[in-house]
Amino acid sequence: MAIRKHRKQNSFESVKNASFLLPSFTGFLVLSIIPIVLTFIISFTSWSGLQKLEILSKVFWQENFIGFENYKEILTSGELIRVLKNTAYFVVLYIPLMLTGSLLIATLLNKPYKGAKVFSILYYIPVLTSWIAGALIWKWVLSPEYGAINNLLALIGIEGPGWLQDSKWAMPGIVLASVWKDVGFYGLILLGGLKGINTMYYEAAKIDGASKVKAFFKITLPLLTPYIFFVLIISMINAFQIFPQVMIMTTDAGPNGATQVFVERIYKYGFRYYEMGYATALSWVLFMIIFIFTSIQQKVEKRWVHYEQ
Amino acid sequence: MSNKYKKTLNAIGYYTFTIIIGIMVMIPFFWMLSTSFKSRGALTAIPIEWIPKEPTAQSYVNIFTEFPFGRAIINSGVISVLYTLITLISASMAAFAFAKLQFRGRNLIFKCYLAALMIPAQVTLIPLFLIMNSLNLVNTYTSVLIPSIFRTFAIFMLVQQMKTIPNDFIHSAKIDGANNFMILRKIMIPLSAPTLATLAIITFMDAWNDYLWPLVMLTGTEKQTIPIALSRLSGQFKSDYTVLMAGSLISMIPIIIIYIIAQGKMKEGLSLGGIKG
Repeated sequence: MAIRKHRKQNSFESVKNASFLLPSFTGFLVLSIIPIVLTFIISFTSWSGLQKLEILSKVFWQENFIGFENYKEILTSGELIRVLKNTAYFVVLYIPLMLTGSLLIATLLNKPYKGAKVFSILYYIPVLTSWIAGALIWKWVLSPEYGAINNLLALIGIEGPGWLQDSKWAMPGIVLASVWKDVGFYGLILLGGLKGINTMYYEAAKIDGASKVKAFFKITLPLLTPYIFFVLIISMINAFQIFPQVMIMTTDAGPNGATQVFVERIYKYGFRYYEMGYATALSWVLFMIIFIFTSIQQKVEKRWVHYEQ
Repeated sequence: MSNKYKKTLNAIGYYTFTIIIGIMVMIPFFWMLSTSFKSRGALTAIPIEWIPKEPTAQSYVNIFTEFPFGRAIINSGVISVLYTLITLISASMAAFAFAKLQFRGRNLIFKCYLAALMIPAQVTLIPLFLIMNSLNLVNTYTSVLIPSIFRTFAIFMLVQQMKTIPNDFIHSAKIDGANNFMILRKIMIPLSAPTLATLAIITFMDAWNDYLWPLVMLTGTEKQTIPIALSRLSGQFKSDYTVLMAGSLISMIPIIIIYIIAQGKMKEGLSLGGIKG
């Protein structure tokens, strides 16, 4: 009898304690679970988004159910290939530039010179700027005739390209803006890694007569690899989700669809072309890609967090 | 080569690099500032004017008189402050429960929350729009504020913080007759103040700069936030970059002020904060 009473009290206590999760759990359901299930369901329909979505009505399903048609179209129409190609082009240009830049920034800010703090604020300002402002600024900076970049290039006798109006140069333009925007952020993450390296190693290397360059490649880089790997994975995940810069900088995703990317396509199909079914299927494909990268990242992150201790 | 000579050489090398990078980072901002003080005619003058010959603040007048930009600033302010407050309240409640309270399914729910980090915002965009639409919440502050109740990163960071608070504090408060809400208010929140402050800044910046969700939700001009206003501005003023650059500049000011004030105290938290899943 006593035990049962205790149990009852316990479950009452349990509910009372769990009630602290009420706001966040509501959010979890409304913002994550229900939408992801709905995305999945809608992706098997030809629903446009203009008529009402009646998932429970039989007529709706008779009119709209198309099975794997959306996925088939994504895979066969060349759209996925084009989007993946554009994203890959972005990644290939962006990652080396961003990584070199942020490594350089981290190394510089790690040196005990005066003013390092001022520079760290300076380099971080693009990170603080909203992507809309950043993209508008870059669209103007990259203006072929009146922009800062081409006029600076002209000063040293180089004729700048048409940037965002040229299908070859539109993506590099987006990459430039993205590197500028992110380099301070990743630089600070790598700086955290550098600060964690025991100076003992460098002293030992100095005694052994190793040069600074050698110390960088033999000590700094290997000890920084967990951080670099982390930055790589995170920036890859983000690369699949670039959106505001594409939306603002290139009208209609650039000449010849040169800057068509996942989120831009999802947004356009959903809210401009009214093909919600297709858009949700596309977003499900994006989800799977990001899921794979996140799984890798979480495995790596365990090592990364462990390393710091 | 004397040691002192070498030191000077190193310093010169250091400052050359830092300043060159600084200039590269600043060129777009310089261009923005310079353009915002040009007249429309000077915008397309050839050769271009690096510094406007006849500076004018006309663009700053235009943006407020020909476009409801003042309203957008107020909207952004109200939304960002409320968003931050709701996030802090909801996340501290959840973090308290996860860190210090016993209930069935605690670990399972926590794992589910973390798993939700994997879902990119764009994937839930369309259904979320439908949900808001069916609740008649399109073009309301509420719709933009709702995502603030579930910010996994904030919950996760606060759980880590609250776990470090000794259980003895809670036990003695319970003996004194305090209930869970009082413990949260009088013990957990004050002792988590530095983490909460860091989170407040991260959340405020995210809310201030957010684009995709408000773009979908805030369809009218009277409720729009600054980023949405800027993107519509670029539709309305097309190639009048004097106005667009003035708007961009204004949008940056609050965040930069907040960052400079907070810098140093919470750099670590800030650099972590951008790692959104």
